[in-house]
Amino acid sequence: MYSEKKVEPMKSLSTPSQPEIISLRNDTKASRQRIKQQNRKAALVFWCFAGPLILGLTVFFYIPIIWAVVLSFANARATLTPTGFVGFQNYIDMFKDSAFTSSLGTFLLFALFIVPTTFAASLGMALLVNSVKKAQGFFRSVFFLPTACSYVLASAVWRMGIFSGTDSGLANTVLHLFHLNSFDWITTPTPPWFWLVLVTVRLWLQVGIYMIIFVAGLQEIPRELYEASYVDGAKKGWETFRAITFPLLRNASISVLLLNIIAAFQAFDEFYNIMFGGNLSLARPPLVYIYQVAMFNQDFGHGSAGALILTIIIIAFTLLQGRFLGFGKKD
Amino acid sequence: MATLVSQSMRPRPHKPKLTTGKVVSAILRYGTLIIMALFFLLPFYLMVRNGLATEMDISSPQWSFFPGSLHFENITELFSDPDVPFVDGMINSTLVAVLQTTGQILVCMLAGYGLARIPYRWSNTIFYSVLLTLMIPFAVIFVPVYVIVSSFQWVNTLQGLVVPGIFSGFTTFLFRQFFLSFPHELEEAGRVDGLGYWGIFWRIVVPNSGGIISALSVITFIAAWNAFLWPLAVGQDSSAYTIQVVISAFMNSQNVNMHELFLSTAIAILPLVVIFFILQRFIVEGYKQSGLKG
Repeated sequence: MYSEKKVEPMKSLSTPSQPEIISLRNDTKASRQRIKQQNRKAALVFWCFAGPLILGLTVFFYIPIIWAVVLSFANARATLTPTGFVGFQNYIDMFKDSAFTSSLGTFLLFALFIVPTTFAASLGMALLVNSVKKAQGFFRSVFFLPTACSYVLASAVWRMGIFSGTDSGLANTVLHLFHLNSFDWITTPTPPWFWLVLVTVRLWLQVGIYMIIFVAGLQEIPRELYEASYVDGAKKGWETFRAITFPLLRNASISVLLLNIIAAFQAFDEFYNIMFGGNLSLARPPLVYIYQVAMFNQDFGHGSAGALILTIIIIAFTLLQGRFLGFGKKD
Repeated sequence: MATLVSQSMRPRPHKPKLTTGKVVSAILRYGTLIIMALFFLLPFYLMVRNGLATEMDISSPQWSFFPGSLHFENITELFSDPDVPFVDGMINSTLVAVLQTTGQILVCMLAGYGLARIPYRWSNTIFYSVLLTLMIPFAVIFVPVYVIVSSFQWVNTLQGLVVPGIFSGFTTFLFRQFFLSFPHELEEAGRVDGLGYWGIFWRIVVPNSGGIISALSVITFIAAWNAFLWPLAVGQDSSAYTIQVVISAFMNSQNVNMHELFLSTAIAILPLVVIFFILQRFIVEGYKQSGLKG
């Protein structure tokens, strides 16, 4: 609409008679004012739409992080406001604190267990489900159903029903079938079979989501590629998987890997509920430790420092993900 | 089949011929799938089996698939147990999940449309500040958020449970991407009819965005219902427990009543299983778009 109005004064420039120039000046002034007014109206409308979100993110995201930075350099025990600044002491304390560093180690160990198993299981299940013709939807639903379950509920079933240390536990019943004695799955430090409990519960809960990502990826691979490879003499199965399927699932694979690592990094629910009490020292991931520091000990200085260390680590992972997936690249 | 054989000189990759190898491979595949499906359903079965059994049945060393009879009186026992605020927990969870989903979808949908369509000079800068929040999951900064929320005196309140979870950069981002590809012609038609941004949004854009609204609502609802860390931090008094916190406290208490615990898990997951079966299409779509949420 106002592109026409802009053209008008340009035309009048070619005939530079005095009165016209004046009228031109007035014109631009008026149109500038109109544009300004329109801009102001657009700004108002924009803030009507985006305002609530921006306000919320400011209060519940940006201000907390800034406040955490302040608290992380301060003493804040049993209080939410700093009582004396201590420089980098909180950070130094956290890295010297063997419970914190070992919680980072626990995360690494956990990631080492959970990432390859989830990757292999979700890819395998996607291939298997995708390869059958009948009841495909049924199997997809069954494998996807656990994603509706919470970590708390699954932890209850795993801890009290499947891997309970008593004779009545399901896992111990299976051991009895092989004439083995009952085993205390969760509280025995060595051999560390509690990892089996922690890994299987997460595997059960999340494998469906990753399977869906892989199935979506599989369905995007053009059928002609397989047909062409059969013509070239490739055998159905491992050869086509290695030459076509797997390379073309590159993006899905990277998504699954990195989403999985980031999710493992935030592990809290199942560790808190399965290893509750004294057993937490066997396997305590970073978030659980920070929860204990901040909520049990009410030490918000160290808690904030720990949270910021986690934040920096997770940003590094996210940037890595962006790099691998080629965000921000043009091609 | 006769006609097929006569044309068999031409390669027909799509017509399957039954060979022994194919039959064996099909049996293997379906066999594996069925065994895996049984393993995946086993935990749900345990919830119901133990939930409707007696304490004796559950602790019996002789494990059986169908112990004794079904004890539906366990349900009234659980609902009236004074030590377990089960009903309060279900009510709190329902309130939290409904309010958080409604709030998040409303706030993020509006912001997504504003960022996608309304020309404003700071629009890009604001979009980047929203994107920045995607890099840091809510769980990682729960301590700082808790500090802010408790300075509002929001600990043990419904708003403390609900409000911080409303503002999702992720949901906003997904809505913005969707609105960017919304057909301009429809919006132009509304403009010709004299509608402003607000009118176009509510009368034209929202009614035509049912798919994405349903998809994101469902996964937001599931995430809100299943959330644990934040409700645990903010709901410190048992009157403010969500059902997840109720069950967690129950399982970590001294003398756990097994059949009540399992029954509570079965009932707590029931709403989600119902939603799952009705809206599965949208859930799959939601997860596909978001990769992973919550």
